[in-house]
Order: sequence, then C-alpha cells, then structure tokens
Amino acid sequence: MDQPKALPTNYVTQPDKIATSKGKTVRTEEMIINMGPQHPSTHGVLRLEIIVDGEIIVDAIPHIGYLHRCFEKHAEHMTNYQQVIPYADRMDYVASMNNDWAFALAIERMMKIEVPERVEYIRVIMAELQRIASHLVALGTYGIDAGAFTPFLYCFRDREEILDLFEMTCGARLLYNYIWVGGVSHDLPQGFIEQAKEFCTYFKPKIKEFNDLLTYNEIFIKRTAHVGVLPRDVAINYACSGPMLRGSGVHWDLRRDDPYSVYHKFEWEVQTGKGEVGTVGDCWDRHIVRVREMEQSVKIIEQALASIPEGNVQSAIPKRIRPEPGDIYVRTETPRGELGFYVISDGSGSFYRVKARGPAFVNLSVLPEISRGAMIADLTLIVGSVDIVLGEVDR
Amino acid sequence: MDILIASTKIAVVLAAMLTSVVFLVLVERRMSAFIQNRIGPNRVGPYGLLQSVADVVKLLMKEDIVPAKANKPLHDLAPIISIAVAMTTFAVIPFGNAIELFGTTIKLQIADVNIGILYILAITSLGVYGLTLAGWSSNNKYSLLGGLRSSAQMISYELSMGLAIIGVILMAGTLRLDVIVEKQTEYLLGWLPAWNIFLQPVAFITFFIAAFAETNRLPFDLPEAEPELVGGFHTEYTGLKFGLFFLAEYMNMITASAIVVTLFLGGWHLPYADMLGLSGFALSILQVLTFCGKIVLVLLFFIAIRWTLPRFRYDQLMSLGWKVMLPLTLANALVTALILLAF
Repeated sequence: MDQPKALPTNYVTQPDKIATSKGKTVRTEEMIINMGPQHPSTHGVLRLEIIVDGEIIVDAIPHIGYLHRCFEKHAEHMTNYQQVIPYADRMDYVASMNNDWAFALAIERMMKIEVPERVEYIRVIMAELQRIASHLVALGTYGIDAGAFTPFLYCFRDREEILDLFEMTCGARLLYNYIWVGGVSHDLPQGFIEQAKEFCTYFKPKIKEFNDLLTYNEIFIKRTAHVGVLPRDVAINYACSGPMLRGSGVHWDLRRDDPYSVYHKFEWEVQTGKGEVGTVGDCWDRHIVRVREMEQSVKIIEQALASIPEGNVQSAIPKRIRPEPGDIYVRTETPRGELGFYVISDGSGSFYRVKARGPAFVNLSVLPEISRGAMIADLTLIVGSVDIVLGEVDR
Repeated sequence: MDILIASTKIAVVLAAMLTSVVFLVLVERRMSAFIQNRIGPNRVGPYGLLQSVADVVKLLMKEDIVPAKANKPLHDLAPIISIAVAMTTFAVIPFGNAIELFGTTIKLQIADVNIGILYILAITSLGVYGLTLAGWSSNNKYSLLGGLRSSAQMISYELSMGLAIIGVILMAGTLRLDVIVEKQTEYLLGWLPAWNIFLQPVAFITFFIAAFAETNRLPFDLPEAEPELVGGFHTEYTGLKFGLFFLAEYMNMITASAIVVTLFLGGWHLPYADMLGLSGFALSILQVLTFCGKIVLVLLFFIAIRWTLPRFRYDQLMSLGWKVMLPLTLANALVTALILLAF
C-alpha cells in the first residue's frame, strides 16, 4: 500500500516549509515533552513522549507497560481454566463483562459446549449494559479532555444505574466474575427485568441531554471536527477495531460479521462515522459512533428483555475442564473493539498457551500516525477518542 | 482627615474583597456541585461556610517548593505581581454615590482619578507579567507553554477590551468612571434606564467575552488548561504562592465583574430608587447594596459558564480575538462615533 497521505487537518503547519524572504527555511527548536504516566489526561498510566515545535506536535511516541501484570503467563500457571476468569475481569476493568464473555466463549468453543438459550440472553443483556457503561466513561472523560467537566458527572450518574443492576445480579460493581464457562454464576435476581426495563426508559432521554450539552456544542465541534483524522485505509492497515474503525466509515462489527450468541435475533444497526461536521474519521466521528452505539445497545437490551426464555443458567460441564489438544482463536466485540483469545491446549487441565488480542492495545498503536501535525490541546482529545484502558493495553 | 478617610476606604474595600473571595470560592464549589448533581463541601462549619478558611489554613501549612533550576527571585515575584495587580485595579471603581457622614461628603470610590478607564487598562495589562514570569521562571515545559499562552491571549484580548470601551467613552464623553455611572442614571423614553448595555449592546458582549479571557476563566482558561498542561503556569507552585495565584484569579473575577457593572450595567444605580422617598443616607446604602448585588449576578454568570462549556483551542482563541472581536469592536466604535457626530 502507498504511504498514507498527509492528514487533511485544517491547520497543519510544516515548519520546514515556511519560506523567508531570502528563500531559506526557518526552523524553530523542537522540544521534547514527557506527558505522563502522571498526567491528568492520559487516562491511566500511559506515557507519551511528544516532540513539539511550539505547540505543534512533530511526533508522539507512546510508552506502555506501567501496568503490566503478566496476564498470559499467569493464566498459563493456573491449575484450572475457570480460575482465569477473575483475572480476565481485570484486563479491561471498565468492561469486565465483555472480557469474561470473550474468555468463556473461547473455552466453550474448544470444549464444544452448548450453553442454554437463557444464558445467551443474559449474556447479551449484560454485555450491552456493560457496553453502555463503558461508553459512558469514555464519553464523560472525553468531555473533561475538552474542558467540559459537567457531562462527566452526568455520565457517571447514569452509569451508576447500570452498576446497581450488576450489583443486584452478582454483588460486584466493577469486577464481576459473573460469566462462567458453560453459563453464568447466578440466575437473574427477582425484579431485575423490571428494573432493567425502567433503566432503558430512563436512559433514552439522557442521551439527548448529553448530546445537547456536549456533542452538538459549538465549541466542542470546533475542537473535534477535522482533528485526529484516521483515514479508512490507515485504520484497516493498523488493524483498528471497534468505534475507532467504525468512526472511519468502515462497516465492521463482530456482533454482525462474525456472529456469536443470539445477536442475529435482534434488530439493530452498525453505526459508522459519516463526517457530519468534519472529515470522516475525525475525533467527532468516533465520539458520535459511541453515542449512537449506546442507543443501539438500549434497543438490543429492550428486545432481549422482552423475549428472554426460561431455563437453566448453567449447562452440564465436566468438573475439570480438559479440552482436546488443539488451538482456537475466538473474538468478540467489546466496547473498544475486537477482543480475541488465542488458546492452545495440550489436553491438560490448564492452558498450554493463551494470547489475548486486546483492542485498546492495537488501537493505541495508531496514535503517532494520527497525532502528527496536531496541537498539544488536540493530543489529549485524540488520546481520549482512542478510548484506551491501560489495564488492557498493558495486561 | 483626608488621609484618614482614604485609608478607611482602602481598609474597608480590601477587607470586603478578601472576605468575598473566600465566599466566592465556596459559592463556586457549591454551585458547580448543584449543576453537577453533587452536594459539594458542607462539612466545615454550618453549610460548609468555613471550607475556604480550612483550605487557606491548609495552603499556609504546605511546604514551599521551588524547583531546583528555577529562577528563584522571579519565581517568588510572579505571584506577588499577580495579587498586587488584582488588588489595585479596584481602586478607581465607584461602588456608590457620594455619602453624607458626620457632616462631610465622602465619595464612595478609593481614588477619584480623571483617567479612570485608562488606569484600569494599564493595571490589568500588568497582570500578564505575573503569569508569564511564573511560567518562564519555573523551568518547566508545561509552565512555559502556559506562560506563553497567557501572554499571547491577554495581549490580544486587551485590544478588543479597550476598543469595546471606546464606545462607552464616546457616549459619556469622559474617562471618569463616576461620571460614566452618573450618565447611566438617566432614563431613555422616560422609563428605560440609560444603562450602556442597552445603548452599547455590541460593546457589552465583546467586553464581556474579553473579560472572560482576561480573567482566564473557561472557555478561555488556556494558560492553566488542566487536561493539556497539568497546571499551566502554576504547575510548580505550592502552598501560599499557589494560594496567591488562586486568590488573584478570584479577585480578578470580582474586579472584572465590577468593571462590567460600572461600565454597562449602571454601576450603583437602582432604577426608580429615588422615588422611594428614602433619606440620603439610606439611599446611599441601598445603592452600595445594589452595586454588590449586580456584581454577584455577574459572578454567578461567570461560574455558570465555567461549568457548562468546553475549552477553546489556542489557535481558535486567537482567531476569535483577532478576526472576530477586533473588527467587531472597531466597527462598533466607528458606528457610535458616526451616530454621535450626526446627532
């Protein structure tokens, strides 16, 4: 493929091309700024080494690993496959349910376990609630990056309702250990369905409120349109996924394109960025994709709640899980994109090897590409629009 | 006698300013909490009234850290410049009409200068030195960027601020602030107070926006923009020196509100108050209260804006200042002058 073209941002300056009257070039001295790991807007312990010319970024190099916890090695040393689930929880701690599901699905596919219909519905409801909760964190902190503090607390107010639902289901509010191999740990508690329905009715107008407050704010659009443009081809070349990829106008959602569970039974649409206020693939597009995905998730949850069947919540699985020797790659769509587990089994009771393909880690790799030529103020918005969770980047 | 009166006025105004800063911080925190569905500080004292006092005590007890390679004299000087400028600007603002006390007429204004507006512009433009020097002397890249931003921002907004005021000066025909206020006590069409907000709406809006930029408040708080520059110019300040910057910011807010009230909202003028038939002394007190009330309303607006809007980007801020506000204020001055010439 050809080199990606220069970014069509509206203010990119190329310092080495500013001609003086004598025809020579003026070049100001570049400065290296160390941004993070303790910095208000690197969303965790990301460290960015940025080279700036005045306020314009010449290069940005992410340094990661401050939160490395040896997930893969640790998982291989567990004596039991089930024991890894609490650990998978802690990868992307903003979207634990989705991690659990991806992990459980990998083992189930290896063991060829069929889970009951009710479990599939519960998992869809939980995963989509988690998707909303995760997007609320992403959008709220994005407001802070742009300088608007208030939307953040509005998002957390709504996220609280979802956490209450999770808490009544499994007692935990952040790291659930709820989705197990072969099913879920408990059935839905009494009153869950009613409360979840109430939440859906409550939440829909809140999306509009959020849009009025932040998304369609004139200053916010000015800040995010044409900024951090990720062209379609670059997004695909860097293997971006999730809202990052869809923001660039690529129709790709694993829930539809590599179907798992019961998503095919529901009416919903894949949302993509269309460049409504700027260029396709700019920060605003990624933002609006997340907002619209929340609407779609509410739609899915409502349909699932209306048609959830009765039945068992745990299928009959052997007490000790011993998959046949072999390997498998299973991928699911988490709020941040494609989370895949590549698992190799040697027939024993624990992994021979497990490799997690995290969406935030892969999406982060495109950061230098899209932040060159932007300003320091844009960099925080670009990092925010990638929506990284360092727990999953570093694992 | 004159010295006694003058020093009393200084003491009263300074005390009032310092006290109101303490409560302004609390009001801002409680109001932002109200906006954001929170409760806000309510533990220290009744309704959290003593929260700011506790904060000040905490700041006093903090260690004063100066970075190893900082320029220490300038690092110390910068907060002093900021606070001095913030305190002195208020000197020319008339906070009430003349008051009769013990047989002498006292003007409720610390210094009755005949170039009041020029004094304000001159002093406020000194404020930029505080921020720029703080940014430069800290020997920190974030501080440096904050300091650079503040110098560029404040200089460009000073221009539109000055040009916005020209409309007001043309209407009043003087630079004296007390006369400008007196002119606004008249009535248009017999019922509408002749406040400059009605006569000079364009100047009012541009001046108000420039006031936001001058006081470094959102959406123009680029010099300290937390998500980008950590703390901007005050990243390397701790304890009391940070406290002075903090104090200066809120004092600047009060002063800016006072200038807005004086120039555009009729100063101490309470419409139709002279029909109440109050004694001279009571009327004067009422006018001072009116002035304070108007300042509070403007301050609440400042706060509400801060907790609603996102922040501009540096280049957008500059282009707004130079490409929108400056031509607008110039045109306003021109149109005002032409109209005055014609009639």
